[in-house]
Amino acid sequence: MRKNLNVIAAYSIMMGLIILVGIFQSWNIALSIFNLCLISAVMTMGANIQWGYAGLINFGIMGFTALGGLAAVLISVDPVQEAWSAGGSNILFSLFLIITMVLAVRYILKNYKKSKNRTYIVAAIIILGIVIIRFISEPGIEAIEDVEPAKTGFLGGLGLPIILSWVVGAFFAGGLAFVIGKVALGLRADYLAIATLLISEIVIAIIKHEDWLTRGVKNVIGLKRPAPYEVNLQQTDWFINFVEKFNSSKLNLITDLAERQSALNQLVIEGSSVFVKLCYSGLFLVVVIILLILTQKALYSPWGRMMRAIRDNEEAANAMGKNVVKQHLLIFVLGSAIVGIAGAMLVTQDGLFTPGSYRPLRYTFLIWVMVIVGGSGNNFGAILGGFVVWFLWIEAAPIGLYLVNLTTAGLDDTHFLKVHLIESVPYFRFLMMGVGLLVIMRYRPKGILPEKIEIK
Amino acid sequence: MDFVNAIILLLNYIFVPALAYGSQLALGAIFVTLIYGILRFANFATGDMMSFGTMFVILFTWYFQSVGISLGVLPTALLAIPFAVIFMVSYMLIIDKFVFKYYRTKKSPPVQLAMVSIGVMFVTQAVVRIIIGPSDRRFFDGEKFLIKAGEFKEMTGLNEGLAIKSTQVITIIVTLILVSTLFWFLNKTKTGKSMRAYSDNEDLALLSGIDPKKIVMTTWFIAGILATIGGALYGLDKSFKPFTYFNNMLPIFAAAIVGGIGNPFGAFLGGYVIAFSEILLTYAYRKFFMYVLPESMEPDGLVQLLSTDYKFAVSFSILVIVLLYRPSGIFKGKVL
Repeated sequence: MRKNLNVIAAYSIMMGLIILVGIFQSWNIALSIFNLCLISAVMTMGANIQWGYAGLINFGIMGFTALGGLAAVLISVDPVQEAWSAGGSNILFSLFLIITMVLAVRYILKNYKKSKNRTYIVAAIIILGIVIIRFISEPGIEAIEDVEPAKTGFLGGLGLPIILSWVVGAFFAGGLAFVIGKVALGLRADYLAIATLLISEIVIAIIKHEDWLTRGVKNVIGLKRPAPYEVNLQQTDWFINFVEKFNSSKLNLITDLAERQSALNQLVIEGSSVFVKLCYSGLFLVVVIILLILTQKALYSPWGRMMRAIRDNEEAANAMGKNVVKQHLLIFVLGSAIVGIAGAMLVTQDGLFTPGSYRPLRYTFLIWVMVIVGGSGNNFGAILGGFVVWFLWIEAAPIGLYLVNLTTAGLDDTHFLKVHLIESVPYFRFLMMGVGLLVIMRYRPKGILPEKIEIK
Repeated sequence: MDFVNAIILLLNYIFVPALAYGSQLALGAIFVTLIYGILRFANFATGDMMSFGTMFVILFTWYFQSVGISLGVLPTALLAIPFAVIFMVSYMLIIDKFVFKYYRTKKSPPVQLAMVSIGVMFVTQAVVRIIIGPSDRRFFDGEKFLIKAGEFKEMTGLNEGLAIKSTQVITIIVTLILVSTLFWFLNKTKTGKSMRAYSDNEDLALLSGIDPKKIVMTTWFIAGILATIGGALYGLDKSFKPFTYFNNMLPIFAAAIVGGIGNPFGAFLGGYVIAFSEILLTYAYRKFFMYVLPESMEPDGLVQLLSTDYKFAVSFSILVIVLLYRPSGIFKGKVL
């Protein structure tokens, strides 16, 4: 108990801060911060598995997040029948051709010795394949995108419950990670960072511009929800009764019946959105706790010990007969899959998929700040990092405004400097993140909750 | 005649824009490669440092415009660059003193320095946005075109016009001057030679009495000049927006690695490799074939290999291929 005191203290301070936001700003804001903190925590756990356990740099978090989000769309949206009949067969045939092409290349690579001829043949197959696939898929894609472009214009999904996409998102992201890992994991740290950063940009480019699959920058809105809708809640009796009971002391003070009714209505409207957010918090908490248990178990298992050995001294681990390449690939896939879950959760919560909003600053570098500030190698630290950094990211603007008002208190309200500073308050969050990261890296390089390895 | 038209078409839409874009990338790539070769880390703050320098160029341009100083047909920004460079270099030296120096003297692994550079990236981005704001800004003044498309058509009687913007010419000329001075400096002067020695083998360089402090300072000095001028040229040619500059970091990295990171000449050529392949692969060749081929064989489609949306993706794919098959780059750089 005592040795975990700093963990407990750090988490209670964090929860206290969120509760303070609830009291002083509103419970709606507090809960939306809390939900996004939970999602960030899942992402940091994924990044922490890769960086903290194995020392692999993955700057492609944005790409895996987006793939998770794509999974949410492909699972939950109802299929667009007309689009399928218009161009579905072409797309399926192209897909079949892609698979054949990949298999053919694999077959050649496996069964023939390395030579110039082999390289030429593989290159020829790939170029020819791409030309044929473009030729076949083009009319299909055009037909699909012509089906009511304002409303659909894409193939749609499977029409299944969106919760399923959290698993599918993990598989999507893991699959991509497998491919990337196969080709790029041989590179050393800085190169791997740059390569993954650029590959994630390619993924985003594809998601943004393949309208037949993702609707691209036209966005997919109105995704199904695992939680009830506010409008429906506001009309259900048990919920109204519940709100009435919950606020009975406040309501009993009001004697006028009409006034009481309007006050109750106001409370129900507020309560419904808080209730929906609570539903999401519950779902996310379940995911975070399951992942936390699994990752903790893994960290203290023989496998976790082996990963740390590989991280700390690759050659020695290799000499001890550990398959470094295989383990790196495995952990790269696992970490990315967790990030994929987070991506699907994010889209589930927002109820919309906006490919244009995936930017490396928010989805790659910010997550890295979280991992490093929180404490890499320590799951509790990584989760705490997600909470702290996201909390600051959101609350930086109010804090910045307060600071600006404080420092420019002597100036006139219309003074150009004050006006300019107040306009640029949103950018104080970048400053705060940067300074925070630099300070932590300098004075507490292992993060707020450093890695602690106990031999049990 | 058709053949000449086709050539002019390619010159107008591919060659000239790619040459200008490539020069801008090349300056950034040399910046990345110098930092990598001498200070030994991948600088993720590259794009934002460039936007920081450009910001000062814009501020000085505004100042000069307000007091009525101009260069006539040339953009005022050219006059502002030397002043901006002073600010940029001092900013870099301050950052180095307070941030990078600690890790350098501690001999931290390059990964840690790269992480630190992310912190610098956040801070620089915030400073730029707080001072000048996130919006799109144009600061070009003076004569816009060297040759206008219409004039060219009248002059030569061809169907295709060739438009050359003065910013494109300025970009190419300034890049050539700057890069040749840099190579002269690196190859002929004592400081340049010691920089190369330091990059090649740090311990040996230190043994032979090279002062590391001087090397690091010179590196930041050159880097500041490159970043400011590269950023200013990009901003003159297109426009200045902090977010675009941040994104430009990616093709710049691609250029530096394709050319062989740590090798300035490779980075210089890498910029053009990236720029040309981006534009060549995403250009619609329909009109070109209409000129070259007989009428019966004219293509129906746009004859575009990839849609322009994938412009960035092209350079990144090239990078991935280079990384996989020749990690040291086209011109041998440092092998990691």
